[in-house]
Amino acid sequence: MIATKRPKLELLDRGFIEKIVEEGLSLLERVGVFVENREALRLLDAAGAGQDGDTGRVRMKGDLVRRCLSSTPPEVTLYDRAGRASFRVGGDEVHFDPGSAALVLLDHGTQQERKPVTADLVDFYKLVETLGNIHFQSTGLISSDVPPEVSDCYRLYVGLLLSAKPFVTGTFMVEGFAPMRDFLTAVRGGPEELARKPLAIFDACPSPPLKWSNLNAQSLIDAARAGIPSELISMGMTGATSPATIAGTLVQHTAENISGLVICQLAKAGAPVIFGGSPSSFDMRKGTTPMGAVETMMIDAAYAQIGKHLGLPTHAYMGLSDAKTVDAQAGFETALGAALAALAGVNVVSGPGMLDFEKSQSLEKLVIDDEICGMVYRLLDGIAQRDEPIALDMFAGLKPGFSFLPLPHTRQWYRKEHTRPVLADRDTYEAWVSAGRTSIVDKASGDVSRRIQSYAPAPLPDSVRKDLEKTMAGFVRSQGLGPLPKLDV
Amino acid sequence: MNQEELFSGMTQAIIDGDRDRATGLAAEAVQAGLDPVQVIDRGYVPGIDKVGELWEQGDYFLPELIASAEAMKGAMSVLEPALARGRLEAHTAGKVVIGTVEGDIHDIGKNLVAAMLQASGFEVFDLGADVKLERFIDQAEAVGADFICASALLTTTMNNQKKLVGLLRERGIRDKYRVLVGGAPASRKWAEEAGADGYAENAVAAVKLARSLAGPAAGTAGKDA
Repeated sequence: MIATKRPKLELLDRGFIEKIVEEGLSLLERVGVFVENREALRLLDAAGAGQDGDTGRVRMKGDLVRRCLSSTPPEVTLYDRAGRASFRVGGDEVHFDPGSAALVLLDHGTQQERKPVTADLVDFYKLVETLGNIHFQSTGLISSDVPPEVSDCYRLYVGLLLSAKPFVTGTFMVEGFAPMRDFLTAVRGGPEELARKPLAIFDACPSPPLKWSNLNAQSLIDAARAGIPSELISMGMTGATSPATIAGTLVQHTAENISGLVICQLAKAGAPVIFGGSPSSFDMRKGTTPMGAVETMMIDAAYAQIGKHLGLPTHAYMGLSDAKTVDAQAGFETALGAALAALAGVNVVSGPGMLDFEKSQSLEKLVIDDEICGMVYRLLDGIAQRDEPIALDMFAGLKPGFSFLPLPHTRQWYRKEHTRPVLADRDTYEAWVSAGRTSIVDKASGDVSRRIQSYAPAPLPDSVRKDLEKTMAGFVRSQGLGPLPKLDV
Repeated sequence: MNQEELFSGMTQAIIDGDRDRATGLAAEAVQAGLDPVQVIDRGYVPGIDKVGELWEQGDYFLPELIASAEAMKGAMSVLEPALARGRLEAHTAGKVVIGTVEGDIHDIGKNLVAAMLQASGFEVFDLGADVKLERFIDQAEAVGADFICASALLTTTMNNQKKLVGLLRERGIRDKYRVLVGGAPASRKWAEEAGADGYAENAVAAVKLARSLAGPAAGTAGKDA
């Protein structure tokens, strides 16, 4: 039997990857990066990468970078809330999670963007729990009914109460880290247990070109010490905050991400790091950052290849759209991105549900995107040889009117070889008309309600729930704020 | 090179975004003792006007706008000392105080608007990003500005544009200035709601808007071009 080939996309050949990496390392050695965090500067200084008094930049020599690259684990395993199911983030494994931290929600009823509140966040988590092709949760909406000082950790708090899936999240303020770490520790039962079985990934974004802000550098350090995987989110905008050429942006991307990796490894050697990003092909007319541009996806697929070449797990913001409503653009940009990400073997793909340049989430789009992800997983399974010979024997009884429908072979394989959509329309025209000419968005809206209704919470020990509540309430008090809205979950 | 050729060379240098040439021709003009006011009006300003047209036609994109604005800056760096020496003043279209409102660090769009306004003959005082609302007003009072331009890229910071107008009202000086708002979440409707005098969706539109509103302020709140 022929082994099944895993379909794969490679945009760069090996020589080009090596050249990009070499230039990225030269950039770190000759130009360096700005680091606006004292602790990171101290760690770098102690490792022989002192801040240049004139330029303010920190230059990183090749041997330091190589040492840090070799101490970074080649893959990460995330575990669900119960600590049972595991998810390998490495190799060519692909896991989708919803695009995160949306400022607005596209309300299906009114077709207007509005600020989400806690009740929306609850619906969002419940819905994602029911979506089989979305393996990870993301802290997807920013609740506008809680004070901004606590909005980063509040998202994770509500999420951990409702969801059993691993999380992709991040801090908005340096102070937000401690309670978020404490939530995760409470779920696991201790810091060592959390480091052994990571439950959440924290995103940290360099500011292009070549700068680590205080907040993001601190997140790298804090996460490394807690054994929480950091996702490095370099996000150059071609021709604005990174070179206009795709290859040039890849050089900067490589340098920015590696400099973040160095900070992580200096904080704790062996800390888990994911080579990610959210770069974009900057629109020279509108001044916007289209995530649905094919060039954006090309940058993503290419830096994922570079990450793999460096022996690191990878992440990208793909499978999302810049459309403002759930329309044809939303569909084609999402599907193209999700397919390319999967073919490129990106391990964590953040995007489903997202619209409007990572600004807006739509629950209807989320269920449609789950179907896209399902198609993509089928694609990744590839084409298998099921029989020997492949088909020759099946034609033995060939005569006029011969059909494969009654064959046992058909019943044996059709379910394994073919998937069936839930939402995509495959009716005949007449059937579609008599069913009320329903659009996919209307069908998705019904599906959203049904799924939220069907949500069944995975068991969460009372002691853990109390710990989470105590930590959240304590943090709110420490910020001098009044009690949060009552959470009925 | 006769004077007409010199002027059209200047115009072309701006259209081409050729800073070296724009600066070099300005130096030639100064050396030849030409009137710098005329040099600006007949040599350089037609160039930036043409750049605006090319943008509107969809031929020019942000990189060309920036290059042309930079070329204009280069020329002005030579012509301004000549103006000062001759105790002359360029025809100013108005004084503009501009910045990105507090809490917001995005400044690409604001920088473009500032550059295009400056290139189009406005005297621009750029306060940068994350600017306290009081600073907009203090600076406008100090320089006797005609316009206050406030940019916001975030839905979370755009309310500061409205607060700025409120602050001007509180101080009883709202009618001294035309307040223009811009940035991704802003719109014409938002400008009205915020009590501003206008909104422009890009740098070229901002120049047009400012030109159309130039002249003594007289409480034009709510109107836009």
